[in-house]
This record gives sequence, structure tokens and C-alpha cells, in this order.
Amino acid sequence: MSASYWLFFIFAGLAVLGAFNLIWQRHPIHSALSLILVMGSLAVLYLLLGAEFIAAVQVIVYAGAIMVLFVFVIMLLNVGEEERTQWSRVATYLGLPVAVLLVVQTGYLLYRAVPMAIRVDPNRFVGTTRRVGELLFTDFLLPFEVTSILILVALMGAIVLAKREP
Amino acid sequence: MNTWLEANAALVLALIKVLVLVLILLTGIAYLVWFERKVVAHIQTRWGPYRVGPHGLLQPLADGLKFLFKEDVSQPNVTSPFVYVLAPFLSLTLAMLAIAVIPFGPDVELWGVTIRPQIADLNIGLLFILAVTSLGVYGIALAGWASNSKYPLLGSLRSSAQMVSYELALTFSVVGVLLHAGTLSLREIVDAQGAAWSLPRWFVFPQIIGFICFFLSAIAESNRLPFDLPEAESELVAGYHTEYSSFKFAMFFLAEYAHMITASCLLTILYFGGWHSPFPATAEFAFTEYFPVLLLGALTLLCLLEVFRLSRGLHRFLMLVLGVGLAALAWLVAQPPLLAAIQGLFWFLVKVGTFLFIYVWVRGTLPRFRYDQLMAFGWKFLVPLAVANVIVTSFFLAAGLD
Repeated sequence: MSASYWLFFIFAGLAVLGAFNLIWQRHPIHSALSLILVMGSLAVLYLLLGAEFIAAVQVIVYAGAIMVLFVFVIMLLNVGEEERTQWSRVATYLGLPVAVLLVVQTGYLLYRAVPMAIRVDPNRFVGTTRRVGELLFTDFLLPFEVTSILILVALMGAIVLAKREP
Repeated sequence: MNTWLEANAALVLALIKVLVLVLILLTGIAYLVWFERKVVAHIQTRWGPYRVGPHGLLQPLADGLKFLFKEDVSQPNVTSPFVYVLAPFLSLTLAMLAIAVIPFGPDVELWGVTIRPQIADLNIGLLFILAVTSLGVYGIALAGWASNSKYPLLGSLRSSAQMVSYELALTFSVVGVLLHAGTLSLREIVDAQGAAWSLPRWFVFPQIIGFICFFLSAIAESNRLPFDLPEAESELVAGYHTEYSSFKFAMFFLAEYAHMITASCLLTILYFGGWHSPFPATAEFAFTEYFPVLLLGALTLLCLLEVFRLSRGLHRFLMLVLGVGLAALAWLVAQPPLLAAIQGLFWFLVKVGTFLFIYVWVRGTLPRFRYDQLMAFGWKFLVPLAVANVIVTSFFLAAGLD
């Protein structure tokens, strides 16, 4: 097994652990930090596939901008620890088995449905900056521009809502 | 053992590079603090550190020892002990991580071994630095939140808002350089500035507006005056690190200076031709090769003069040792194989040093912004200017007017 396989299992494990921790923690800031760990691990997984540009963007956009905003809002509103409610008995006994069943089932179906030939192969995956840029401005030009306009509209909407007189 | 060494030569070399760079960086930061105190003192017609060692040269050592041995005042009321300890570690680690992709010079061949003065040559070097600096805000934000105290919280709120705002201008101002160079690799960006017309072909000339935007937002990103609102003493005691003491405080301190060094390195690489000499590589300018020797010689002379001027015996002795050491270094550098090898590194360090001086100069000269002025400056001036720069640059490049 080469080093990249070991790295894959380490960071995939970290991502899953971070996701569990995100749900387990009671304080929003701790949950947010776990989410940052998940994002970082995902960036490393992209990097292992050779998608260096996507890995960098993952860190800059998700971990560096969106999560900063989350943390900022949590700090600004001074959100306290969440309180545990009385767990429903169904959730206590059936929750974990059903979740495991769901994950195994989905994984199995995906494994069966996707043929070996088109599965992501680290050696054939092209994620360099140049290639991503070319694709964005040729094959995916229309979706790219439409998404940009959508985001612009959402931004203007947010500003209009925020500036409305009470 | 030997076969293992041969099989993993690249790994061992990388580890040695990391160790050497970390040692140099930490020493460099310590003396950068001394340099800043001295320059600011002279701007304000004071002497600055003068007692510990000749001209206060041992002050960084004393400061370091004090930080290490001072009692760490425990904070019983922190919001979260884990996050409280995590924050300074995060700050320093991320600040020093960015230096890993900085190329300090061209490939150097010494005694048959090719050395590349850079730890990791990434294709996406610039993006890596932007990613790491964008994470840097967590150290400050979490420190303020975990301290459970109102001044740090205010400081960290200010800092999050400021860093997210100025990151935008920072990223946009770099795009101009990327359009010219056509690559994200820092090494290739420097290579693209190698040729010379009558002037050196540095990106600062076509990208003067981008340079100004980048310089201003880099100061804001490293939280320095006039943008140091997260730690404004007159308003927030000490801002986000009010509740930290001893080495945890020192880690925030080191992180700020590491950011300064990264920013100066980036300015040098992106706009001022990296390790390329400002003089054309013709025979009539061959004498510029001896500038490193001249500089070291001048420093030697200064040290030896001080031996006669200083009054305390110990200080005179230390100055003498320093002078002799510098003379030996000058002699060593004057040897032909080393003289050629040191050129790139020398020009790089000179440029970085100049930017560090400008940083300190700005700090010693300008007053602090008010918070709304800071935000207005970032969003209403820097961001539009940087975007306009991108549009104008791409127009010129598309029209073929390089």
C-alpha cells in the first residue's frame, strides 16, 4: 500500500470522526470547529485525487469564509449550550441501527450501480487550475454564469431585506 | 541504515530544510521585534532597547526567556479550556505554515549538490498561502471567544470582520499578477519577471495599482497599525489576547510577526522580481556581485567602531565578537563558488528587509483608523480599485499590449 492510501484512510477517518463530533458536541462553537475539521479533511481527499485547485478552493471558500461567518454569528449572538431534551424511546433503540442500515444500504447500492470503469481514478482525474478554468469557460459557461447571477440576486435580496425599515 | 537514507533522501532533505527554516524564522522574528523597537524609537527620538547587550542586541533573548519562565496565569473562567489553549497554537501554526511554500532563491549548486531553497514547490503555491491566511482568522476569533471577557470578544469580532473584508481586496489585487504570469506557482511567477528592458521587468510597473491594493490589504491582514483595531490598546486593553499570558501570549506575538514576514516575501515575489537583481546581467554591472560582501564589510566596520564608542567592557567585547564574525562571513561570501550561490538569496533578503522597514515605518508614522473608516476604506475604495485593476489588466492583455 502506498502512502496515498494510508493518507486517504487517515483523512477519511478524520472526516467521519469530525462529522460524528459535530453532532455529539453540545456547544455550537465546538460543532462549528468539528465542521471545519471535516472541510479540511475533505480538502486533503481532493488533494489526494490530484484536484489541487478544488482542494485550495475548498479551504478558502468553505473553511476560510463560510465557516468564519458561522463562527462570527455564533459569537455575535452569544449562543449558549443547547439543552438535551428527553430522548424519545424510539430514537434511543432504533436510531443507531437504522442509521447504520441506511449507510450500508446506500454504499452497497452505489457500489453496484456505478461500474468500475467510470469510478474516480486518482491517475486519470484532472483537477489542475488550467483544466478547471478551461472547462468553466467552455463546456460549463452557461451554468457558471447563471450561478453567478443567482448568487448576485441572492446577495441583493439579502441587502434589501436587511435595510428595510422596521 | 545507509540504504534507507538513500531511498528516502528527499524526505531527509525536506526535514532538514524544515528544521533550518524554523530556526531561522524564529530567530528572525525575535530580531524583527528588536528592529521594530529600535526603528520606532528613533522615529520618536528615543533610544529604544539599549541596556541588554550592546544596543540592546540581547533583548530578544531576554524577552524569550521571560516569556518561557513567566507564570502562566490560569484562567478559571474561560468559556472552553480546549479552545482557549487551541487558539494560540492555531495562530502560530498557520502563520508559519505559509512560509513553507515561499521560494527564497533559485536552485543553487554547491559541491555537486543542487539545493532548492524552498520547502515545498506547489503548483498552487499562491492559493495555498491565501488558504492558510484565510484560516488564520480562527486563531484570533477563537481566542476572543474562549477568553470569556468582553474586550477580547470585541477584539475578535472586529478582527473577523476586518480580515474577511480585506481578504477580498487582497485576493483581487493578486489577479493582475496572475494574468501577467499565467501561473499560480510562486517559482514560475518569479521566473516570469527575469528578463529586463532598460528597467527590470518586474510586475510592479504594469501592476502599480494592484501593488498598492495588495500592500494595504496585507497590512490589514496582519493586523498592524494603522489597521490594528483588533488589539487597539486605547479602546480594548490589548484586544483579543488580553486574557493570555506568558508563552501563549508570545505565540500570538510571534504569529503577527510571521505574518509580516510572509507578507513581505509575497510582495517581493509577486511585484519586485523575487531573487532577481535589479541590475541587468551585463559585464559593466558585474561589480554588483560584490554587494553582499560590501554590505557585510560595512556592518563589520560599524561594529568595530562601536567597540571604541561603547563604555561597558562586556558590550565592547560582544561588539568585537560580532565584528569579527561578520568579517569572517564577508570573507567566506567573497569566495567565488559561494559568491555566485548567494546572489539570489541576497537580493531576496534585501527586498524583504526593505518591506519590513516600510511596515515599521508605517507603524511609527500613521495613527489608527476609526472602525467605520476602516470598513469604508476596505469596501468602498480597495475592493472597487482592485476589481477595476483586474478589468483594465485583462483588457490590455487581451489587446496584446503587454
